[in-house]
Formats: sequence, structure tokens, C-alpha cells
Amino acid sequence: MSTVAYITARGLFGRRRVLLLLPLPLLLVGLALICKAYDVSPDQWGQPVVVGLGLAVVLPVISLIVGTGVLGSEVDDGTIVHILTKPLARRDIILAKLLVAAGVSAVTAAVPLFVVGALANSVRFGLALAVGAVAGAIAYSALFLLLSLVSRRPVLLGLAYILVWEGLLGRFVSGTRVLSIEQYVITIADKIAPTGMLDGKVSVPVAIVMSVIFALGGTIYAINRLGSFSVAGETS
Amino acid sequence: MSVVQLENVSRWYGNVVAVNDISMTLEPGVTGLLGPNGAGKTTVLHMMAGFLAPSKGSVTIDNAPTWRNPGIYRTLGLVAEREAVHSFLTAYEFVLACAKMQKLPDPAAATRRALELVEMTSAQDRRIGTFSKGMRQRTRVAASLVHEPQVLLLDEPFNGMDPRQRVHMMELLHRLGDEGHTILFSSHILEEVEQLSGLVQVIVAGRLAASGDYRRIRRLMTNRPHVFAVQSSDDRRLAVALIGEKSVSGIEVEETGLTVRAADYGSFTRALPRIALGEGIRLRKVLPSDESLESVFSYLLEA
Repeated sequence: MSTVAYITARGLFGRRRVLLLLPLPLLLVGLALICKAYDVSPDQWGQPVVVGLGLAVVLPVISLIVGTGVLGSEVDDGTIVHILTKPLARRDIILAKLLVAAGVSAVTAAVPLFVVGALANSVRFGLALAVGAVAGAIAYSALFLLLSLVSRRPVLLGLAYILVWEGLLGRFVSGTRVLSIEQYVITIADKIAPTGMLDGKVSVPVAIVMSVIFALGGTIYAINRLGSFSVAGETS
Repeated sequence: MSVVQLENVSRWYGNVVAVNDISMTLEPGVTGLLGPNGAGKTTVLHMMAGFLAPSKGSVTIDNAPTWRNPGIYRTLGLVAEREAVHSFLTAYEFVLACAKMQKLPDPAAATRRALELVEMTSAQDRRIGTFSKGMRQRTRVAASLVHEPQVLLLDEPFNGMDPRQRVHMMELLHRLGDEGHTILFSSHILEEVEQLSGLVQVIVAGRLAASGDYRRIRRLMTNRPHVFAVQSSDDRRLAVALIGEKSVSGIEVEETGLTVRAADYGSFTRALPRIALGEGIRLRKVLPSDESLESVFSYLLEA
């Protein structure tokens, strides 16, 4: 593991912020367990829990917390300078950060989604959700990593994307769905395990190609932004 | 041996010119970058360190541009003014991480050497978050020195250090300078440079105001007239007595007291209480009124 990835991971787990990752997955699994325990039919709770909470909230919000934490917090407090004053290709720095962000988000979101999927339908559905979550975590992480380089308020911008673009506009304006990572995840998971619980609004090729575009485009643009990272003087 | 060169460098932010057409060459040895707060020192340092593109002109180290060129960090070390460090790491872990990111052949040995250089070995296993300002500063210096860079840039390195640490840091910088490293440190406190015999670049309002040997600039400074505001039990009688004193070059009598101009700081401050005592006048207030840095620097500008 590269030193940048090591410091990033230490920074992520060393801050109290990491505790924010716990409640959402617990809530997700807890809700599914309660419904299961009271023998509620999965037809009733499956969609709201899996899609409404899992894919629309848990996955993007966890990716947001982690994705803006790996680089944004270092930009905020200025410690990024210690990493930038090293003869490292900017590509390697971004890839290390992205690796940590996507890895942590993927595990944190995919494991509870797998459990919920297995409870709601079958192990196969659980696996499908996990695969979708991993793909989504990569695309979200690249996007949020980039946001922390282009804006001083990456969390706000990221929340706006999740809540307004994906949550609100995605429901009423069909065109915005093409640029909604949540929709790609739904389509990919539904393709692997069709259950009727997921309702993909974009086609499979669109979902795969657009996920790749988000991941690659975000990464390449972030590398370029980091290459011309400016530090403004405090007094001048 | 490395040379840092600025050629007709300007930097502006929108309509504000932060650095105005500065050319300078830094050669091996210790150079001080002096100027009042807001003069553009940090902007100059950031351009040298590759953290800011010059709006005009070129900034190079050994003819290689510093902007968008991560390779220069093999020859460059930077101690930035913001003291942010990864506070969750221990000093040893932090310096070791820097050594590894520099891809040094033996990072552990380099880390020990750098920590010894700044006398931080006894606290090396404590988390940086628990350090005092001075200790944090020394840890950051160790991190910037771990790859023994030819060029070391330090932004206000003496801030927050106690006098002993300050002397130690001066010695360290000198030793590195004597060994052939090119060292530049910025400061807004002229007296910090007292112990320095090296070269000084003075920046005022974004322009290079003076450049050269510290002693010459220091002489200009000591020869400048000092202005004191004095209040006493009998201003007029004190003025009469003071005008006979050789170090006094002018006195104004005002409602609120006297404004005394003295050519020599030392002999005037010794003479004033003696004269007052001899005349039986009680001194109520003695205030050096032009000790602000801006006035010192602007005096340098005129000279």
C-alpha cells in the first residue's frame, strides 16, 4: 500500500467523522431485520428499504462522507501541502486517495446491502445489490473526490447532487436520470438479479458506460486539478 | 549547489497586485526574505515552491520551472506558514512517511537523522497533536529536511519558537547554508535577522525594496532618526534641557507632550532619565512612536 493511501486511511479512521459511517448501515439492516422478524411480506418493505433507503441514501451519503474526507479535509486544514511537496506524480496521489475512498465506501455500503437483499429476496439478489453498490461507490467516489478539488464546499455540492439532482429531479424529469449514479446502480443490480423490486430507468449499456465515464472522467479531471493546485497566501 | 531564480515575476489576484516585477537570484547560503505583513513574502515563497503560477515572468530552480513540476521536490523542501500537520501521526511516523514519499533508499535512517537534526528524538513517539507550537515547527522542519534538499524554503519559521529554539534553528540554518544548501526564510521581524550575516531581500508592497548584505541594511536602520513621544511634569523645561543633548536632533512642543527626534537610539534612551532627574522633572510617558515595521521599511525604501 502506498504511503499516501496509508496516511489517507489513518486520517479517515483517525477522525471522529468515521463514526458517521456507522448509523446508516445499522439502520438499514435493523429495518430489514424488524420487518423480517414481524413476518411482513418483502413485497411491502423491500422496495422502500432497498431503494428508498439503501440505494438512494446509504450508498451515496457514505460515499459522500468518505469521498470528501480523503482529500477535502486535507485541503481544508492545509496538510495536503505535505503530500504535494513530494516528487510524486499527481496521478498516483489521486489514485491512492480514490482507492481508499472507493474501497471504504464499497465495503461499508455493500455489506449491509447484501444482508438486506438476502433478507428481502435471495442471496443472489443480495449479491446483485453488492455488485451494484461497488460500481456505484467507485463512480460516486470519483465524483466527490473531484468536488473537493473544484469547490471549497464539496459536502454541500455533493448533498445537492444526491438530494436535488438524484432525489428530486430524477423523480420528475426523466432526462436527469442519465446523469444519476443511483439509476446506474439500480439498473446494474436489476440486470444481475431481476426481482421486480428494482425499477431501472436507464438501459444496461447506458448504466455501464456512464458509470465508467463518471469514474474515469472524475479521476482524470481531478488529477489535472491537483497538478495546478494553488495555495493562496493568508495575508497577501 | 542549486540556484533559485525569479525573473520579472509578477502575481496578481484580479485587480490586486501582490507581487510586482521582482527579479532575484538565490545562491547557496542563507538569505532572509524580509517585509511587513502583507508585503507579498508568502506569495513569493509559494511561487518558488510551485504552489502558485506567476502571472508574469518565470520562477525556476536550476533552470527548471517550479509550477506544475513535481520533480523539483527532490531538490526542494518547504516549511509552510500554516502549521497544519497530520496530527494523528507521531513525529516519527510523519517524518518517515515523508521519507517514503520521497522514495529514499533508507527511509528509517533518514528519518532518525532528520529528527536528530532538530532535536526531536526524545518526543518522536508522541502524537503530533500533543506538541507545542515550537515542537510542531521543528517536526515540520525535520520532514522538509529528510531528503536533504538543496533548496529549503521556510515561511516565518521562527513564529512561536522560544529564544533558545530560535537560536538553535538559526544555527541549523547556518550550518546547512555553509554546507552549500540554498536557504530562504521569510520574516516580518527585522531583529530576527540579527544573528544572520547573510544576504537579505526586502519586500515592501509587492516590490523588491532592498537587496544585499544585512550589515549595510542594518546600518541604514540604526542611523535612522527615532521618534519618541514624551510626557512629563514640565514639558517646556524638559525640552530646554533636552535640546542641549547631542543625540537629540529635534523637539516639537505640543498640547499633549513633546515629540523628540533622536539620532541615536541608545545614547538618547540613556540620557533622557539622567537629564530628567537632574532637572527634577517627573517623566510620565516615554513612547517610541515610529517603531512600527512599516515605518522602518519605508525608511529603507527612501534610503
